[in-house]
Amino acid sequence: MRYSVYLIIGVFFGIVMYKSEAASWFRIYEMFQFGSFHMYGIIGSALVLGVLAVQVIKHKQIKPLDGGEMKLKPKNKGVVRYLFGGIIFGLGWALTGACPGPMYVLAGAGYVSILIVIFGAIAGTFLYGLVKNKLRH
Amino acid sequence: MNWIYEPWPWFVSGPLIALVMFLLLLVGKQFGMSSNLRTACSALGAGKAADFFKFDWKAERWNLMVVLGAVIGGFVASNYMSNHTVEINPETAQQLANEYQITSAGESYMPPEIFATAALSDPFIIAILLIGGLLVGFGARYAGGCTSGHAISGLSNLQLPSLIAVIGFFIGGLVMIHLIYPLLF
Repeated sequence: MRYSVYLIIGVFFGIVMYKSEAASWFRIYEMFQFGSFHMYGIIGSALVLGVLAVQVIKHKQIKPLDGGEMKLKPKNKGVVRYLFGGIIFGLGWALTGACPGPMYVLAGAGYVSILIVIFGAIAGTFLYGLVKNKLRH
Repeated sequence: MNWIYEPWPWFVSGPLIALVMFLLLLVGKQFGMSSNLRTACSALGAGKAADFFKFDWKAERWNLMVVLGAVIGGFVASNYMSNHTVEINPETAQQLANEYQITSAGESYMPPEIFATAALSDPFIIAILLIGGLLVGFGARYAGGCTSGHAISGLSNLQLPSLIAVIGFFIGGLVMIHLIYPLLF
């Protein structure tokens, strides 16, 4: 698939993230304060349609445009890595108000400070790679 | 044309996010915005330090293109499609002002108290941003995905591991906002 296709999907995603306000620190703070239905509505409605789409793909055996298999492999089983990795992620998500997608969107929107968060996220990923074999998964 | 400038409601935004996931599946990829961080590490030469980064990162260049697109999307939306305000629950806004002296709710997209470039003169703010980023990067790889990879892609595929991860996201987020924020700010 041409790189321009991924670029266009990325642009669309970026606009949706910004316009939905999912990239706003205020919305993340408000979500964790249970102050509004907004973020729950976004995730919930995306999920309802997402579950439907995946079911349709599986039942109709829809293939990707250039052949091959849909990337719908089951995740490896386990609890520890998902729970503890998830908690660590959640702490950072709430501390900065940004998860990985919105970080890039905010960089494009001109927030210089977010570059520190992105640098931290790359460093955190690198750190995980270094200690991966010492962690329970 | 007001709809361009006004915030998009959840029942528009959520389905559009599902559409992004569907489009990526259709072009043979999976929606997940944190695996590009691993690709970036690998491209920067991290394969010399850990096997985790020894993989054919060039085959994953597509996710760097999605990232570049997201940056462009953020630029376009913030410059041409926004009035830069986020109306949150007035009680939450009041609480932010009372407890944390963050008075910019309803006036800006991000709180300048934390995200204005001038705030970077405060080492405490730099530490918050850096540590937050570290936690996000480390946690996302440990959990094998982030909000998009688990909460959207994984849950859409009815994956139990993704449900555990999403529960983890919320435990971490709630602990940070309700227990750690009052100690920090």
